[in-house]
Amino acid sequence: MSWEPVIGLEIHVQLKTRTKMFCRCPVGFGAAENTQTCPVCLGFPGALPVPNGQAIEWTVKLGLALGCEIAPRAVFARKNYFYPDLPKGYQISQYDLPLCTNGRMIVPIGGDDHVVGIIRAHLEEDAAKTLHVGGSTGRIGGAAHSLVDFNRGGTPLVEIVTAPDVRSAEEAKRFLQLLRQTIVELGVSDAEMEKGTLRVDANVSVRPTGTEELRTRCELKNMNSFNYVARGIEAEVARQIAVWESGAELQQETFDFDAATGTLTPRRTKEEADDYRYFPEPDLVPVEPSAELVERLRSELPESPASRIHRVQAELDLDRAVVLVTGGLDRLWEATVAAGAEPIPAANVIANTLVGAGVDPASVSPAELARLVQARDRIPRQSFDEAIARLGEPGFSADPYLAQEAVSDVDALEPVVEQVLAEYPSQVAAYRSGKEGLLGFFIGQVMKRTGGRANARVVNEIVFRKLGG
Amino acid sequence: MPPWGACGWARGEARGEAGASRPYEPSGPYGARAPGRRVARGWSCALRAAPAPGDERVTVDVDTLRLTAEEAIGLLERKEISAAELHGAYLDAIGERDGELHCYLRTVEEPSGHGIPIALKDVISTKGVETTAGSRLLAGYVPVFDATVAARCKAVGLTLLGKTNTDEFAMGSSTENSAYGPTRNPWDPERVPGGSGGGSAAAVSAGLAPWALGSDTGGSIKQPSALCGNVGLRPTYGTVSRYGIVAFASSLDQIGPVARTVRDCALLYSIVAGRDPRDATTVELPEPVRLPETDRLDGLRIGVPRQLETLPAIEPGVRAAFERAVDLARDLGAEVGACELPLSFEYGLPCYYLVAPAEASSNLARYDGVRYGLRVDGETYREMVERTRDAGFGDEPKRRIMLGTYALSAGYYEAYYGQAQKVRTLLIREHRDALERFDAIATPTSPTVAFPLGDRAADPLAMYACDLLTIPSCLAGLPGLSVPCGLSEGLPVGLQLIGRQFGENTLFRAGHALEQALAFDPVPARLRAQERA
Repeated sequence: MSWEPVIGLEIHVQLKTRTKMFCRCPVGFGAAENTQTCPVCLGFPGALPVPNGQAIEWTVKLGLALGCEIAPRAVFARKNYFYPDLPKGYQISQYDLPLCTNGRMIVPIGGDDHVVGIIRAHLEEDAAKTLHVGGSTGRIGGAAHSLVDFNRGGTPLVEIVTAPDVRSAEEAKRFLQLLRQTIVELGVSDAEMEKGTLRVDANVSVRPTGTEELRTRCELKNMNSFNYVARGIEAEVARQIAVWESGAELQQETFDFDAATGTLTPRRTKEEADDYRYFPEPDLVPVEPSAELVERLRSELPESPASRIHRVQAELDLDRAVVLVTGGLDRLWEATVAAGAEPIPAANVIANTLVGAGVDPASVSPAELARLVQARDRIPRQSFDEAIARLGEPGFSADPYLAQEAVSDVDALEPVVEQVLAEYPSQVAAYRSGKEGLLGFFIGQVMKRTGGRANARVVNEIVFRKLGG
Repeated sequence: MPPWGACGWARGEARGEAGASRPYEPSGPYGARAPGRRVARGWSCALRAAPAPGDERVTVDVDTLRLTAEEAIGLLERKEISAAELHGAYLDAIGERDGELHCYLRTVEEPSGHGIPIALKDVISTKGVETTAGSRLLAGYVPVFDATVAARCKAVGLTLLGKTNTDEFAMGSSTENSAYGPTRNPWDPERVPGGSGGGSAAAVSAGLAPWALGSDTGGSIKQPSALCGNVGLRPTYGTVSRYGIVAFASSLDQIGPVARTVRDCALLYSIVAGRDPRDATTVELPEPVRLPETDRLDGLRIGVPRQLETLPAIEPGVRAAFERAVDLARDLGAEVGACELPLSFEYGLPCYYLVAPAEASSNLARYDGVRYGLRVDGETYREMVERTRDAGFGDEPKRRIMLGTYALSAGYYEAYYGQAQKVRTLLIREHRDALERFDAIATPTSPTVAFPLGDRAADPLAMYACDLLTIPSCLAGLPGLSVPCGLSEGLPVGLQLIGRQFGENTLFRAGHALEQALAFDPVPARLRAQERA
């Protein structure tokens, strides 16, 4: 029997507002513990929340970018539970009346446009940060004591919940890349998983292909990169298939992803069932975004990543298009092509050389870049790399680099190639038995020996001929 | 010394190390008083008038039992007494009588301003002065910030006399639920002063403060004012900031004045009312507070709920005093007619005892021993929280936390909390309908006069019934003024006037006219002998 993964994602995005969600403490990293706090975010008796208007606007904007309907009346609710990182004993969140509902995101994948439904996107406050000292797991159970840093507590947090529409680990990763790019381009968050400003949980189940049933799902937490999300989902899907195929029943569980081992560790099951006793937050009045505000924010939206991928795809393959768009490089690529560069080499140079050199795409002159891309085989490799690395400098001109000529003389280069091939007989054997990726290795060695001045295209031809011949 | 210690209420005290790591700045954009806030003309200036240094002053003998806040301001303005002397006179009175009455949980020895003194219920956060809400859980808790109402009092120069006793977390109708012992009624120390704000009401009644602030969730200002024979206002929900008030039930809590006269009550209301950027549920007053002048009630339409006739809970003596007051209102020119509040008296109490405990169960969740107040250690976080809360909360908060937790639980929410919200909507509608025909609704404030200590302490339902008449308008968010209207069995009876939303001026006008005509002596009979000539 073949199995189909059914995956839903829950994403938390920390907004980069200047101040916290319900008080005027600054939001930010790196301050000494418990210095960005006040009576409100410490939950002192009598302190009251006052909502951050910027956070509400940004959530509406993000909701619009995800194709959501914006509620004419959204209500904050209290989610009640005890935990040391929750100073009030409840989190102010949204429950039955969230700001954004019923959206969708288009995920181009495998030559198809897959639609992932967005059930809701709501605004809430982040919890504080806990550090559990002692004990083996780093979790609260078994710890000798716990330390709490309330600096993070009260940071505006948008929770985005997708429908269980994602069908593979690869699709999950692509969805997250597109979502992240959307968020970054709106300017509402840095959305960096390593920093925790973007956090992803995945709900995973599997079902026999062709059926519509929803089987028991498990939740994956603590995945700190998109690759880990994909790896975690892959591991969980495989585990679930094995459980079902062995004839056993899958138990609902929550797992932590361990990046070091790539494995999933079950969390200790809670003694009691979750009952958050939600009720409308009486300290706040409902949020009622006006139609004018919603329309203004809608008019400010950038073009969606999916539609840009479609546009870029007209001249490139999907993978390159995704890399450009999710890297925020597509606009530079378009301008560079418009300035006369060939599409595919331009994409390669931008996505590899330029990004590898750490150049900010926004500082680059597309015209100069186009000239370099077109001259890439004619000038020495070293000069080309150096030119790309300096592209971001103010007043950069490609002229001095374009004046240099690479060594294209076959007679001069052939001995160097022969020397390299003689020195690496085992690599040559490996290449000939099918490891074609080694071509780059040989070219690299030749470039090294010629001080980077060899014409890469010519070297390529010679190496290919020698090995093939 | 922490930066906030210097400007706390208690000078020289550096007890603000309650766990905050950042000083609270009252002068920030959210600390300043809202622009355009309306203060009754002339009074805020009068309150600020500082005596010039080196003035020759004649010490006057102050009769704190009779002195109204207005009169006290007059003494200061005419420089017949200094703020320090006035403060001292009240401290003397407290020294004399509070041993028996126990109105105060703590007093402040040195005046912090140049105006007249004020007492604040102990649910109101005062920077640098311990604030316990009558609970063991908050013993030793010293706020690092002032509640907005405290800051506004301070801004006009009022000096803090002390913090008054309250039922624990304002939960109760007799002040017997205070973890620090009950307050006694100045009219009869064997009886309760009402609650939860029994400390504030008894203090004003016994001349231990010219006026005070209380908090009212289901009657905690109005009912003790009635039982102690003074004037209490529960304002329209949203007109007075709750910022810094130890929360009981957020959708019901309101801060309001307790005073000896209606005019004092209006004056104090004008000081604390108005939008506060720190409380998202507050609004600007639609019209300025007017100090009442007129003795007549011509043109005023007063509705008396027909349902009162058949409420057996109302004592005959209370009923008689209430009816005399209604007759008097008619004599003063008011039109009196019958109105209908059938749902209010039948469902008000049960509705309240779902909504208020539900919110309380959430509001009281922050007392976990992690950041401030009591902590009883345990092997695990959970054990620490359980032990702390078990040791810290008294029976009544525990009872309400359990009730509220149950009412909000999955599977019960719709039947309890959800249903109660629907009933609340009906009560709002019922009051709105009644107030379309009438400018105010009149009822007795409390069905009974002050009852003996211990009488209802063992019977929560009997205690809850104290608020039968005050609760419905609280649920409707409407203002209510309690004015003394006579005696029954030698104990004060309160008249409750309920107004429209933002109808405080109408209530002040009606209350003042009735007060003049009734000529009720607010000094407890047994204390009159102590009055100085």
